Amino acid sequence: MPQYEKNGQKVWQVRDRNAQLIRWGMWFVLVVAFVWSWKAISDNTLWALMGNVGEVTMDVAGRAVPPRWSYMEKLWKPIWDTLNIATLGTVIALFLAVPVAFLAASNTTPNKYFVRPIALLIIVSSRSVNSLIWALLLVSIVGPGVFAGLLAISIRSVGFCAKLLYEAIEEIDEGQVEAITATGAKRWQVMVYGIVPQIMPAFAGIAVFRWDINIRESTVLGLVGAGGIGLQLSSSLNVIAWPQVSLILLVILFAVVISEWVSAKVRGAII
Amino acid sequence: MSVALESQIGTAWKKPPFIKSRALRIGILVTVVLYVFLATIGTKGLANYLEYLGVVGDGFKFGTIDRYFTGIDVNWSRIQRGLARGQEFVGGFLSPDFTSRWDHIVQGMYESVVMTVGSTVVGIGVSIPIALGAARNIAPLPVYLICRFIITISRALNELIVAIILVAILGFGPLAGFITLSFATIGFLAKLLAEEIEDMNKVQAEAVQSTGATWLQRINFGVQPQVMPRLIGLSMYRLDINFRESAVLGLVGAGGIGATLNTAFDRYEFDTVAAILLIIIATVMVLEYLSGLIRTRIK
Repeated sequence: MPQYEKNGQKVWQVRDRNAQLIRWGMWFVLVVAFVWSWKAISDNTLWALMGNVGEVTMDVAGRAVPPRWSYMEKLWKPIWDTLNIATLGTVIALFLAVPVAFLAASNTTPNKYFVRPIALLIIVSSRSVNSLIWALLLVSIVGPGVFAGLLAISIRSVGFCAKLLYEAIEEIDEGQVEAITATGAKRWQVMVYGIVPQIMPAFAGIAVFRWDINIRESTVLGLVGAGGIGLQLSSSLNVIAWPQVSLILLVILFAVVISEWVSAKVRGAII
Repeated sequence: MSVALESQIGTAWKKPPFIKSRALRIGILVTVVLYVFLATIGTKGLANYLEYLGVVGDGFKFGTIDRYFTGIDVNWSRIQRGLARGQEFVGGFLSPDFTSRWDHIVQGMYESVVMTVGSTVVGIGVSIPIALGAARNIAPLPVYLICRFIITISRALNELIVAIILVAILGFGPLAGFITLSFATIGFLAKLLAEEIEDMNKVQAEAVQSTGATWLQRINFGVQPQVMPRLIGLSMYRLDINFRESAVLGLVGAGGIGATLNTAFDRYEFDTVAAILLIIIATVMVLEYLSGLIRTRIK
């Protein structure tokens, strides 16, 4: 513990001078970064228009309540589409993610210097681009509709699932693999009996976890024309039909809460 | 002979099933198959298929539920036309065009970075008190319930939906994106931080309390040192997420590189799109690497 003397008394300090200076320096950088950011944001904002924000908010809220319940009739199909995009998207993603994960895990990859980097590249590029951007791209290729959303969700999920899965594969107990190998098992038998049972719980957990995320994401895919309830949301917003918007938001909120509940239950049952 | 041998050495080993209950296994299988049928070809397609199999008579219809359980119709001729555009896009990735819209890209990136930094700082600042309130071991029940409610709302609302509403209220520009990201940060950071606080070692906080410390001192010397590494790690992670999200918020008019990307898509300038996506991917990778580095060093 650093100490210094003051008037013949020892004074205790948590950090010595250098550590203290570094800390102050870091705080200073943080504050400067924040002030600079805030200034940039405020320069790009028309503050003159912000005077009546309170009124506008109250106006919007007043129009949004009560929700137009009769509109629900038109929402069942988009809800079904949204569910399908999320579920089928997750299934397709899992089918694609399993081989990629096995190629990417350092203990199962056939070739460390050629195949593994490619598998990792697939994972990274799928993960770094948001599903909405994938959807934007796919809408311009396959046309607007559920199919584009389905593809966007599955492409985006491949990287996520493969990453978590290959980390699970790398953490397996090698003893079991060796035991299977010692019986004279072939390569695929080692995989089926030595590796797969060990990663099965992780796999189920990842599947449900990603499904939950995909439900959330598929609710907004419609904003770029890729099907689902987002389509209704964006058309309601375009005609400024606030009672419909508030109903759709309630439905989305409800769907998200349900999916989170389901995924928590299933994961609780598995683990 | 062979029967006697079998009784001596037992029957061959079979891999135990993943789901133990047989009824549950079959039930899940049937549900899954039925669901996949409904989701891909819909009730109309299912009726046609059953008719084809000869299970039901000619002209069998499910009736009004056809309207709800539609399958996924894939417009193959549209895809064929779109594939040319897809090729153009892949071509764009092979020769990305950084120069012709460079000014817009710089402006968009600048806005994105500004939004990311600002919203992460504000988000952390707001999250800390909420996290303290949402930790059951240091907050009274009413405060706990209020804070948990805030966290739930923030987590349930997708960033884009918040951004759309804020754009409608505040107008186009980075301010809407900034507030959206700050709000989204609360749900993420406060929840994880609150869990960390709930898992902390009680003894240290009690030791500080026994010296006669005030509530603030107790938090500052008993709780804060225990959760600080996790808080810094989470903040770095959130910085990373906020940048990714800022790249999409522009699609709904909340500023940032997403706006530039959207414009490029609207103009079908796929080489510029490729350039922007490459810049986003590179930035995300650098950020991810940095945040990983900081997180491992803190541990």
